Amino acid sequence: MKMFLVNIILALIWGAMSGEMTFASFLLGYIVGYILLLLTQRFTGAESRYFGKVWHILLFIVFFLKEMLVASLRVAYDVLTPTHHNRPGIIKYSVEGMTDIEITLLAKVISLTPGTLTMDVSEDGKWIYIHAMFIDDPDVLRQAIKATIEKRLMEVLR
Amino acid sequence: MREILIALLLWTGGLFMFIAAIGIVRLPGLYMRMHAATKVGTLGISGLILAAMLDFADMAVTTQGFLVIIFFYLTAPIAAHMISRAAYYSGVKMVAHSVVDELKEARENGEEKKA
Repeated sequence: MKMFLVNIILALIWGAMSGEMTFASFLLGYIVGYILLLLTQRFTGAESRYFGKVWHILLFIVFFLKEMLVASLRVAYDVLTPTHHNRPGIIKYSVEGMTDIEITLLAKVISLTPGTLTMDVSEDGKWIYIHAMFIDDPDVLRQAIKATIEKRLMEVLR
Repeated sequence: MREILIALLLWTGGLFMFIAAIGIVRLPGLYMRMHAATKVGTLGISGLILAAMLDFADMAVTTQGFLVIIFFYLTAPIAAHMISRAAYYSGVKMVAHSVVDELKEARENGEEKKA
């Protein structure tokens, strides 16, 4: 977190130096700052976790946008074609051992991926209930969520 | 080049919003309509705002645009969650060709509260 702030400040300095505070110059400053911090890591004693985490977050955003587009097209296809292909249902998904904030974020990402919608969290906080539009086999869907969304989210959070 | 990109974003954004609107009418049952309303619609909004950000191309509009998109992504799933949850607990039925309902099973087994 401290390294992130340092990186932001470097980006702001870069923007101020180049005399224009546009989004592009800020982004360029951030990238240059990132590389500088990475190169001087040995001298500044920067937390090395930060450098990997930036990539995890970027990869997560790309993965999320891709997932969202693909799934949106699937919903769109079902909306636009005359016959309905949907096989809806509610499945149970285990979130045991996760903290509250992790459950919240997971539920949000699941809700934002079209085709799945978080409906309820159990009282004891061990299960979430997901309404899904295309269920061929509940276990296959559970596995898919675990292998993609949960895995990627945990890489970012932990 | 930039014009083409802007036009493309406007088109896809508008198209997704349109599909979301049709989806609300055409999909069976409340829960599936929520799918169309929240997510395909959010994607459409992001397309439109990205197009506006590209067109104005200055810091103020870009930051505001990003904030609008972020808040949209933060609030849409909560609204969808609350509406569908309220609907389920007040007894709105799922469509007849539904495959499974593990929430119902959990409530009948006494794992979840009845209402």
